[in-house]
Amino acid sequence: MADFDQELDASGLNCPLPILRAKKTLNAMDAGQVLHVVATDPGSVKDFDAFAKQTGNELMESKEEGGKFHFLIKKG
Amino acid sequence: MEEKKLAIIATKGSLDWAYPPFILASTASALGYETQIFFTFYGLQLLKKKLALEVTPLGNPGMPMPMGMDKWFPVLGLALPGMQAMMTTMMKKKMKDKGVASVEELRDLCQEAEVKLIACQMTVDLFDMNQADFIDGVEYAGAAAFFEFAGQSDICLYI
Repeated sequence: MADFDQELDASGLNCPLPILRAKKTLNAMDAGQVLHVVATDPGSVKDFDAFAKQTGNELMESKEEGGKFHFLIKKG
Repeated sequence: MEEKKLAIIATKGSLDWAYPPFILASTASALGYETQIFFTFYGLQLLKKKLALEVTPLGNPGMPMPMGMDKWFPVLGLALPGMQAMMTTMMKKKMKDKGVASVEELRDLCQEAEVKLIACQMTVDLFDMNQADFIDGVEYAGAAAFFEFAGQSDICLYI
């Protein structure tokens, strides 16, 4: 997994909390910085994809590892 | 890109139906939508400082019941005293166990994200409700005010 500037553990949280927490964290970050989100909600895979497309942030990576979902989002 | 707009009318005042307006409004805000929710009739219960929302299995054949009760339990049994309170307690526990946010939490997130919450003034008068019972930041208006925003909205939902 590539480098990241900040990490958010959204494990155990259900829709729409992972997205809302990610958005809040991104708000406090600078453009170009990368956020690593860890989630356990299977719905978050499509949701983070949709979130990135609609907000101008880039979803650099989305993968499942060890029963958890990992997302790398670069702030646009 | 011009900001998109979402207008929601929330008409229901039960625990289960409290979720769609607040989930959609908070998520829309995170996606950059300007969002308003217009609360009317029973929907006004969602704006109370102290929420006392319940869920009822009565008249709701789609509600999954614990222990397969929906399969063998007589419909009339659902009207027994205490049944609604029990179902509400079980639903809240289930939501907590599954990491689903509470209604209060989602409502706070909406306010934090500057979702505009508008209470129907007519309903407040009709049910002799007291503005002091509602959370801060609520605006009071009527149908015309709703259309001013809804008329320019990209998405308009009646819940």
